[in-house]
Amino acid sequence: MNPTRIAVTPGRFHGGLKLDGHRKLASGKPITPLPLSERYFLWLAQHYGDAALPCVSVGERVLRGQVVALQEGQRGTPIHAPTSGIVRGFQDLPAPAADSSSASMLVIESDGEDRACTDLSGLAEWDCAAPETLVERIAQSGIVGLGGAVFATAAKIARAEAGVTLILNGAECEPYISCDDGLMRERANSIIGGAQILLRALGSSDCIIAIERDKPEAIAAMEVALRDAGDERFRLERIFSLYPAGGERQLIETLTGRQVPRGGLPQDIGLVCINVGTAAAIRHAVCEGRPLTSRVTTVTGPVLGAPGNFDVRIGTPVRELIAAAGGCNDPKARLIMGGPMMGIPLRDDRVPVIKAMNCLLALPESALADGRDQRPCIRCGECAEVCPARLLPQQMYWELRDERFEPARKFGLDACIECGCCDVVCPSHLPLTRYFRWGKGQLHRQTVERERAEHARQRFEARNARIGQQKAQREARLAAKREALEKARSDGNRGAAIDEIIARKKSSTAGNDDSGQTG
Amino acid sequence: MSVAATAAPFLRPPAGVTQVMARVLLALCPATLAHIWYFGPGIAINMAIAASACIGSEALILRLRQRPIGASLGDLSAVVTGVLLAFCIPPLTPWWITACGSVFAIVFAKQLYGGLGFNPFNPAMAGYAVILISFPVEMTRWLAPRQLTETMPGFPASLAAILSGKPPGAPTWDGMTMATPLDFAKTEIARLQTMPEIRADVMFGDFAGLGWEWIANWIAIGGIWMIYKGVIRWHIPVAMLASLSLCAFVFWIADPGKFASPGFHVFGGAAMLGAFFIATDPVSAATTIRGRVIYAAGIGVLTYVIRTWGGYPDGIAFAVLLMNLCVPLIDRYTRPRIYGDGS
Repeated sequence: MNPTRIAVTPGRFHGGLKLDGHRKLASGKPITPLPLSERYFLWLAQHYGDAALPCVSVGERVLRGQVVALQEGQRGTPIHAPTSGIVRGFQDLPAPAADSSSASMLVIESDGEDRACTDLSGLAEWDCAAPETLVERIAQSGIVGLGGAVFATAAKIARAEAGVTLILNGAECEPYISCDDGLMRERANSIIGGAQILLRALGSSDCIIAIERDKPEAIAAMEVALRDAGDERFRLERIFSLYPAGGERQLIETLTGRQVPRGGLPQDIGLVCINVGTAAAIRHAVCEGRPLTSRVTTVTGPVLGAPGNFDVRIGTPVRELIAAAGGCNDPKARLIMGGPMMGIPLRDDRVPVIKAMNCLLALPESALADGRDQRPCIRCGECAEVCPARLLPQQMYWELRDERFEPARKFGLDACIECGCCDVVCPSHLPLTRYFRWGKGQLHRQTVERERAEHARQRFEARNARIGQQKAQREARLAAKREALEKARSDGNRGAAIDEIIARKKSSTAGNDDSGQTG
Repeated sequence: MSVAATAAPFLRPPAGVTQVMARVLLALCPATLAHIWYFGPGIAINMAIAASACIGSEALILRLRQRPIGASLGDLSAVVTGVLLAFCIPPLTPWWITACGSVFAIVFAKQLYGGLGFNPFNPAMAGYAVILISFPVEMTRWLAPRQLTETMPGFPASLAAILSGKPPGAPTWDGMTMATPLDFAKTEIARLQTMPEIRADVMFGDFAGLGWEWIANWIAIGGIWMIYKGVIRWHIPVAMLASLSLCAFVFWIADPGKFASPGFHVFGGAAMLGAFFIATDPVSAATTIRGRVIYAAGIGVLTYVIRTWGGYPDGIAFAVLLMNLCVPLIDRYTRPRIYGDGS
């Protein structure tokens, strides 16, 4: 066996839940491209890191794939026009974010021609290209983690040391979502191609592809693609289907039996985890010069006429996704971005598609957990049984209920991955995950405030020290002057002494000016 | 605090506390019927009295605390407390004693600490301990099982006896009551009888006391059903019965003449009830898995110690209450290692 390969020691993460997948709703049909929209709405803060900086003017003509907003900061990413058309300025729309606030979205009116920008051409010989060239191309193409984290992939690669093992995450564990499943069934070659590019960019020769056992078609398609590629560096692992098996940390534990250190990254133990959708996007970006302007999104839910997987352009209003999926037959249905366990509720159907939107879920009100009958915690411990982070949610809840953030932190609040398992098993129907999300926010705020206060204190102390030093200097000078005067007087050499005093007077004035400036 | 009204997860939550409590009551039904068969209908009357007293006192306290009454009573936890308390007391206990224990359990052991979820002690056991200490004579006035008596009181006679506190149809209690097998064994051992001699007495059956052993079996069946249904987890019953058996085994092997066998301990007294229905009360038990094993093992050891060398024939209630005291300590030292914290 190749010595650089990491050992696959089948482990099992703690807890987890067997959930009804509901994936058949959408996974049976082929991925369908969505027709062109009239207008696209690009949210410039849709990724992890700083918001992109707009670089087009109102009325400007843009082409598909043209950069409309530049990368800002190390971990930011550029945003590209999803089709050709005219920039129509900004419009406030509800953002697909946890706080449901409104955000300014860049509007692009389609001209219906969908002409592509030719700024970037495909790197036909990527397998000879330098890793840096590949990373740069990935960064230019606006590639972010499409599993939901939307962390800039180029930054992730740049952070990894050479020789890491690449884990290709095809374990799509949340109910209802099947976009990665569809992608693996239909575009397995792109995924493998993208992974090969990633291996070169990472300087690695080891890739584990992890797929849940309940996706036999995806496994078969990936096996065929692997056989065609004939690449020895790949291994395909079938893992148990258990929520949250696709969570990065849980997947790593399942595959290697090792744990990512708390507060650390997979890179710390020589691993890089990339979603299969991201790999396919990388393949398109590098080989065909196509930046990330579309993604596969599952549009599903029991209240939709024809759920399915769709190839959607970033910026499409979700209203059009619902229309494409046969419309919604429940006017009171609730829209969720992502799955039912970790998804974000959407304020309405004007919200545009963002790179993170792996699923648009429409659930009837009756299927939701709100308005539930909460009871006191009876410490049954079911939450701890299912917690993949091995936490004691009952104890953290006990502390947070009375706003004791520090004790909650000692129970490991920061290690909570907000998977929602504890919520779902709680017989007292407590919204535990919401408490933990809130508690983490409060702790973060306290840390920021503490740091700010500490900084202010340091500034104040530095200033005091400076003033004290100046005072001491002044006193020392004064003392020297006095001493010289005394000496002159006792020596009786008045003429020389007067000269000396005058000279010192001059220099002391200059010194005072100096000190005035430093203050 | 402000927790967003709508946020993930969006799945409907599972069966609630009410269903958990209802299943506990259901699991107790076979053993209750067995109890009625062996010791007459007294237990059913006691259950009604205890449950009513529990519900009444809970409603009263909730009203005084200005808390919603319906929601708290609806969770059935007060009924469970009453029913478990009634399971521990003699069938013809006068009603005021039962009521006294129930009121203490709910008012002092539960509501004064903040109600369900906040009580450090098992309410039923706290109530039982109070009446056991306060009314030692009545609380040891057990009837002879069906096999050993001609005069099993029927429903009207039992009701009259419970309401009046007087023996049914006889001038004194002596004719119809007898010591429990545990009590008998303890007294006889003190009188220097050997265990095999004691076991030869008519009051003993295959594993333990006549009647008692079968009630214990039905309790175990109900308990196993609760484990199967996910109402309780196996750790506490297994750890408690294992530690009780282990203690009994060590001493019994060393001196079978002086010490009762593990089977006698496990099927005798309230061991089975304690293991499946009392120690498993999640509120007053340790909350981590390792903690629960330690907690339950502690109950097993303490029960054996109290039964063998203590002043009471059975020790479940005191063992549970003592271990309730240790729960914060146990929880503190049995926290699981958090993901990513190194081995």
